[in-house]
Amino acid sequence: MANQINKVKVPVREQDPLLRAKNFDEVCLGYNEEEAVNEATRCLGCKKPLCVTGCPVNINIPEFIAHVKNKDFEGAAKEIAKFSSLPAVCGRVCPQETQCEGKCVVGNMGDAISIGKLERFVADWSRENNIDLSDRLADNGKKVAVIGAGPAGLTCAGDLAKKGYDVTIFEALHSPGGVLEYGIPEFRLPKEKVVAKEVENIKKLGVKIETNVIIGKTLTIDQLFDEEGFNAVFIGSGAGLPKFMGIPGEQANGVLSANEFLTRVNLMKAYDDDYDTPVSIGKKVAVIGGGNVAMDAARTALRLGSESHIVYRRALEQLPARQEEVHHAKEEGIVFDILTNPTEILVDENGNVCGMKCVKMELGEPDESGRRSPVVIEGSDFVMEADTVIMSLGTSPNPLISSNTPGLEVNKRRCIIAEEETGKTTRDGVYAGGDAVTGAATVILAMGAGKKAAAAIDEYLSK
Amino acid sequence: MYKILEKRMLTDTIFEMKIEAPRVAKAALPGQFVIVKTTQKGERVPLTISDYDAEAGTVSIVTQAVGKSTMELMTFEEGDSICDFVGPLGCPTDLCTMPEEELKQKNIIFIAGGVGAAPIYPQVKWLKAHGIDCDVIIGARTKNLIILEDQMREVAKNVYISTDDGSYAFNGRVTDLLKKLVEEDGKQYNHAVAIGPMIMMKFAVMMTKGLGIPTVVSLNPIMVDGTGMCGACRVTIGDEVKFACVDGPEFDGFKVNFDEAMRRQTMYRTQEGRAKLKFEEGQTHKNGGCGCGGDK
Repeated sequence: MANQINKVKVPVREQDPLLRAKNFDEVCLGYNEEEAVNEATRCLGCKKPLCVTGCPVNINIPEFIAHVKNKDFEGAAKEIAKFSSLPAVCGRVCPQETQCEGKCVVGNMGDAISIGKLERFVADWSRENNIDLSDRLADNGKKVAVIGAGPAGLTCAGDLAKKGYDVTIFEALHSPGGVLEYGIPEFRLPKEKVVAKEVENIKKLGVKIETNVIIGKTLTIDQLFDEEGFNAVFIGSGAGLPKFMGIPGEQANGVLSANEFLTRVNLMKAYDDDYDTPVSIGKKVAVIGGGNVAMDAARTALRLGSESHIVYRRALEQLPARQEEVHHAKEEGIVFDILTNPTEILVDENGNVCGMKCVKMELGEPDESGRRSPVVIEGSDFVMEADTVIMSLGTSPNPLISSNTPGLEVNKRRCIIAEEETGKTTRDGVYAGGDAVTGAATVILAMGAGKKAAAAIDEYLSK
Repeated sequence: MYKILEKRMLTDTIFEMKIEAPRVAKAALPGQFVIVKTTQKGERVPLTISDYDAEAGTVSIVTQAVGKSTMELMTFEEGDSICDFVGPLGCPTDLCTMPEEELKQKNIIFIAGGVGAAPIYPQVKWLKAHGIDCDVIIGARTKNLIILEDQMREVAKNVYISTDDGSYAFNGRVTDLLKKLVEEDGKQYNHAVAIGPMIMMKFAVMMTKGLGIPTVVSLNPIMVDGTGMCGACRVTIGDEVKFACVDGPEFDGFKVNFDEAMRRQTMYRTQEGRAKLKFEEGQTHKNGGCGCGGDK
């Protein structure tokens, strides 16, 4: 059998790198029907599918792929919908290479099945053909409040609504989506076409979304229980606080967090002249950091017309960003200054950034993360030219909720303490999941946590 | 959408709007602010809460039309609705969270520069409701820029007015008036709150430092989200970097690095100027410019 399988995956069409470096349209164009069916045919349909074990929300992958193989795309969409409320998002931003595709047995003899691209195809097809996936049980009269309309909150809300709960999501910003809306750029995840539509699907399940409500400021969790009549609360407030390096010159005009830069461009649409929010970007931008957010920031700066550099203190193979993102960034012309660490931001007489003092690094002994730790090479100081510096060093959870909720405990990194399997916090009736609990991680892990918490909340309220 | 129930012009460019926002009204305390996004494509602008009424479910904001977004907001009338209104943001003033015994020891002078009278009003009102009398200085460049005088007189023990050009009441700056009150009139204060333009607060603090009066200031740096997410509003307080939106907006005036804060406020000056010009031209040249064709 196996030797009849095509070892090479059906390639996915992408916008030409030189062209896309100048626009905000989506980089990956996705499969068409024929390509999807051809790729689906490569799936062995394993009896004990390893791919499913690699999926944080346990989508029955061989089953949905079998539907695609038979050109039953609606059946495929309904199969995925049993497990995931955000397939068009996950098909685009999940790190499949370390999850489902990383476990695929076909991957042992050639390319793994492109599960992510197939999921994306099914979700896009289902949206374009207006397939109704809003299957829910009768109302059970119980109210659940979900804090944050990001991946964790949307998933938790969707799952609970399907079970008949009356769910309201409270979102601090003016637009739902969380990191899908303010963080991930348009060219990786289209806002109108994908994010807004997935949110719309959650609403079709009966979920209400109230924007402009900051839990911890506008309302407290106590009020949700005592005054608004909620029976349980899920906190999916994410990790929104940016970190800075604490080096001299960081307060200069022209130094900003990746969060600020991406929020201006994605949420506030500063790249579009019709929108009022400005974004100030120089001729040469240095993005400090090597994660997915750093790639997003560097590629966004490039599209706004700047020469764009990634400055990373470890080696290329240690970049925490997804390989696909690094590959795309390189294709587009992002310069990687690796084993380089800034020590001071240089400031001109008007208070603007005019460069960065850096040191070169070399790899030393492995540190607690298991990666070889970077060590400064003595006397390697040099000045790098730059007029904008974007700090992309990670984020930590926002303390607005935890500091205003008696009985809700956090750890020393200000992450909410919650049981991994249920999301149960130290306060009765309050569950939490996603980045608010783990610190900055991925969309799909947050969704997995939202899903587990929804099951736990259902159990708690069914007692 | 958030409905404008009342609109009142305080000067040619400063206006007060009473907005229907029950949840914000119920949670608001003196010292906090809101973020307003007038239209769908607008920017998020931090604005001062000048009053709130939990029972009526209303929040009043005072705005000075200085750029595109605030000029656009000024074109809105009673009955219109604004797109987004979120708050209350920031920490309430220490005055309304400190123990009562400590508060009773305070002889407070509020120093308002221009629009700064607006955030000061709810503080003075709250203090009066809690049995604390305090004095207020309201200063502006000229007479018709003095705002909220009558309202303030209803809640303050004494209201002193200064104008830079001498067109009304004391001739001079708020700092000169404060000096006179303390040194010539024998007033004794052990707590000052100075709110106004950054440069005014800088000088107010230099004066209060000299007079030995601990001073709180309220900073209004550039912000995007107002919840601690972007870090645009970072300010240096002593040797620490703080986010004005969540750690402030009020800080110990003696520790604020005003020069840095003022410099950071100019970060988007070019874009702001361009947007304002475009908006003003759109308003005055509704028929597509002056007709000379130069704008084509």
